[in-house]
Amino acid sequence: MANVLIIAEHDNAALGQGTLSTVTAAAEIGGDVDVLVAGHDCRSVADAAAALPGVARVLHSEAPHYEHPTAEDMAALVTELARGYSHVLAPASTFGKNFLPRVAAGLDVAMVSDIVGVESADTFRRPIYAGNAIATVQSQDAIKVVSVRATGFDPAATEGGSAAVESLEAMPHADIAEFVDESLTSSDRPELTAAEIVVSGGRGLGSGENFQLIERIADRLGAAVGASRAAVDAGFVPNDYQVGQTGKIVAPKLYIAVGISGAIQHLAGMKDSKVVVAINKDEEAPIFEIADYGLVADLFEALPELESELDKTG
Amino acid sequence: MKVLVPVKRVVDYNVKVRVKADGSGVETANVKHSMNPFDEIAVEEAVRLKEAGRVEEIVAVSLGEQSSQETLRTALAMGADRAILVATDEALQPLAVAKALAALVEREQPGLVIAGKQAIDDDANQTAQMLAALLGWGQGTFACGVELGDDAVTVSREVDGGTQTVRLKLPAVVSTDLRLNEPRYVKLPNIMKAKKKQLDVIDAGELGVDLAPRLTTLNVAEPPKRQGGVKVASVAELVEKLRNEAKVI
Repeated sequence: MANVLIIAEHDNAALGQGTLSTVTAAAEIGGDVDVLVAGHDCRSVADAAAALPGVARVLHSEAPHYEHPTAEDMAALVTELARGYSHVLAPASTFGKNFLPRVAAGLDVAMVSDIVGVESADTFRRPIYAGNAIATVQSQDAIKVVSVRATGFDPAATEGGSAAVESLEAMPHADIAEFVDESLTSSDRPELTAAEIVVSGGRGLGSGENFQLIERIADRLGAAVGASRAAVDAGFVPNDYQVGQTGKIVAPKLYIAVGISGAIQHLAGMKDSKVVVAINKDEEAPIFEIADYGLVADLFEALPELESELDKTG
Repeated sequence: MKVLVPVKRVVDYNVKVRVKADGSGVETANVKHSMNPFDEIAVEEAVRLKEAGRVEEIVAVSLGEQSSQETLRTALAMGADRAILVATDEALQPLAVAKALAALVEREQPGLVIAGKQAIDDDANQTAQMLAALLGWGQGTFACGVELGDDAVTVSREVDGGTQTVRLKLPAVVSTDLRLNEPRYVKLPNIMKAKKKQLDVIDAGELGVDLAPRLTTLNVAEPPKRQGGVKVASVAELVEKLRNEAKVI
């Protein structure tokens, strides 16, 4: 019977959305589910994890060096713990991708990255070639180390469970790596990977200033703002806006692509969205091949018009 | 300081890959191959560190079939000093690659390994981290900035919420993200010069590490296709459809 350890991603105050999808993936594998919450002053996160349905036990590890844990420190803690489990799961975010391969190497097992489906306890589906193919892979190792793509699984409910919270002694800090600082983009808008609606801008916007046109639409829809790689490379918006193969993978209810041509690597990041709208003045743009609704128009005219149309009560 | 840069030969990023009809993989025969784009960024970073006087020697390494020699020649043309091919016809998985690289690190004793953060074929994003773990070294993944000192390297990293900076004791492993640099175009005279640079081929068996695959690919399939929809004539029609047909706003 499976015995799954989930490594929670959090900011010491709240559980990350990706963790909720990871809980759903664990439920599909079956068996007992424990959640590790390693952080600093993060009791509220441990309590939130204990309330997740299906979680048997929360392991809560506190240490100052877990406030912004390095991959080295996370891996040391998880590698020790993992030996008692059949599966170790974490979200396939920059958090999970950073330390999980270190855990796998420490255990001398393979890692299965970025799964979007569970076939059985040892067989998983994962995208390769930027999502242009889906591989079904089977792991032969005793411990399966797996990162979970959040858009592949619905988020688990956040209440209904009543797991015990046990404290787990921290491992000593490894001084080969030190956290120095962090600069996070602050925004009142929803988080890109968790938003129900995403409005993204591309090279067609022409400048960072023009992204205000995107932001005004986003604010009317309660949407997150994204961007294509071209827009990020051009310096219009910061890197954490990027939707695509090497940026964020999103699958909202509604994705509005504005001034984005639709390069393969961008499509890899958004093609699982439920409804896709494309606004582009080039009617040959590849984005129209996958859009549910396409509007061939100059975005500088269409966006203000869209804004006033949304203001009319529907 | 010596820097080791692993490079992988992959299907060129401009190629639209096709899944084989028997579900065994994607079509790689008669398809253009080139250096994994993230690895190009890794080579470029090493060359810039050498140009800045921080690095004395750059060793490019690849693992795989003899055809990977082409990829190593590209690295040499970009400015790597010499190259090593670990030759094998077996398909290698990240853990095996990390073990082979760890064995090469023992031989070569570099102060820094700079690798691409992921290969655009298997999209695993594992090898650099696994290598760091096997060596017991610090890691700076998804790098968008690298400052190399005498006994430490400071790495700015692209993370989901923005950027993060870590400082690693040397030796260390760095993995590159897209915006670390823009790789140079290779000029013809450098391609000619690269042909004369040293390229050693060693048999993978010589390294004495376990390269057996741990994952079995049971099937490779096309992803569900998205059908194109309709064109709307106006913004008003778009909003009407989103409200009443798709019901998403």
